[in-house]
Amino acid sequence: MAKNTNSVPEQGTLQGLKNPLNRRSFLQYTGAGVAASALLLAGCDDDDDMTDTNMSGTVNLGSGDVGILNYAYALEQLEAAFYTAVVALPNFSTLFTNATERQVLTDIRNHEVAHREFFKAAITANDASKIIPSLTPNLPTDALASRASILTYAKTFEDLGVAAYNGAGKLLTSAAFLGIAGKIVSVEARHAAEIRDMIENGTFASGAAGITAGNIVDANGLDVALTPTQVLAAAQPFIKETINASSLPTT
Amino acid sequence: MNIFNILKEVEKVDPEIFDRIDPRREVFKHFGGFGKKLAAAAIPIAFGSMLNKAYGQNTTMPSVREVLEFALLLENLEYHFYLRAAATDIFPSAAGKTAFGVIRDHEKAHVDFLRTAISGLGGAAPTPYTDASFDWTANGLLGNATFTSYPTMLAVAQAFEDTGVRAYKGAAPALMSNDIVLQAALQIHSVEARHAAHLRRMRRDMASGVAGLKPWITMKDRGGLPAEFQGIYDGEEVTTQATVNITGTFGGITIDANAASEAFDEPLTVAQVNAIVMPFIA
Repeated sequence: MAKNTNSVPEQGTLQGLKNPLNRRSFLQYTGAGVAASALLLAGCDDDDDMTDTNMSGTVNLGSGDVGILNYAYALEQLEAAFYTAVVALPNFSTLFTNATERQVLTDIRNHEVAHREFFKAAITANDASKIIPSLTPNLPTDALASRASILTYAKTFEDLGVAAYNGAGKLLTSAAFLGIAGKIVSVEARHAAEIRDMIENGTFASGAAGITAGNIVDANGLDVALTPTQVLAAAQPFIKETINASSLPTT
Repeated sequence: MNIFNILKEVEKVDPEIFDRIDPRREVFKHFGGFGKKLAAAAIPIAFGSMLNKAYGQNTTMPSVREVLEFALLLENLEYHFYLRAAATDIFPSAAGKTAFGVIRDHEKAHVDFLRTAISGLGGAAPTPYTDASFDWTANGLLGNATFTSYPTMLAVAQAFEDTGVRAYKGAAPALMSNDIVLQAALQIHSVEARHAAHLRRMRRDMASGVAGLKPWITMKDRGGLPAEFQGIYDGEEVTTQATVNITGTFGGITIDANAASEAFDEPLTVAQVNAIVMPFIA
């Protein structure tokens, strides 16, 4: 236990975070630190180097359907941590003076936590040895500073989530997992639409994609679909650990 | 869309794709250069034809053609609805009319995309639909309110979009044999979900709006729609996914049944969707 508690402050110094406070509140409210400790206790030997590697090094998503589930789990962890921090802001109700908007963000936080916990349970049930650990969010200092900034990051995360699921569906071999992905992606799309409308009403399915070139809905009426490599290139800056997707299926 | 690149991707999992499409592989190789000169509209036709020849149909699942025809019916229902709706002058604000125009154009794009893909499969031409194919009174239920009452018009729009989301979701497993079609269906599916969220927002925010209506579906709440539309929401109330109970408290955050049901949209079968849309078929 001692080595795990030691490694938490170590992350801050290693990463050179501009705003450690945000990071700490993430860990505090998500329980990520606790979960990571539990996983390390269960999964590691006494090698201290091993512990450090897992806490701040590379996370390999693995291969096959479980690899894709880990990929989704990683993205859901990021989203859940982001909205958890947003809703926990001391000035949440002054940044968002509209009660409906606060309810929307609280709902989305709950949905993302539900998604994260679902993947955690489902991957564990499928093959507990393959699950990735809890990840450490790494947001820019200004991410939670204003309504506009929060919504901008939210839009990126939601549109990216939609594009990720749209691109990952064909990589799954299990119809059951595809079904689950389908159940989640439309909720992410509902989030994306509402967040975009909060930024500018009427942009729910129009305007620049932001996460890639072109519009969010193309001339064929299709939403964005991205490969894991494309999605992780965009998401990696917001996650402290290096995500290794090299073993994921590509077709 | 660069078909040749897609085929190269397919080749990674199915090394014989080129032979399946055309045993005279040497001939086919020239498609790479030829494709650049094809009109954009012609590519999906040629492509659908190739796929149809390349992969046999699974007898226990609906065929790709059947799924695409089913989607074509739903997209036509939506398109012809929005075509009329967006042309009305009953919008209280310009934003509402603009949003309906955006959605109409997406549905038109979906209709065109599906017709082109179906044509590419060969066989009979895709089923044609016109405004006369549909009964906007919902078999008398809505009278003439569909395009004269703003709240009714929004309610019908929400009904169509939430149904569309569940329909594509239900159809996805039948498309697993065909990665390209599966991905396109998913890309349409999430656009329908974006539409649904916006329609729900419009109904929430309109004068005398539906208080508490959310962009997502809570339990099996039909959000003030007529009881006859309950089938659109039945089954949405589940709080267990793949044997995992979604409710609970995690890191101090409690996920209750409402949140658990909202976090996952549920599929509908073809039969369920047909029962929902039947009143709107003339």
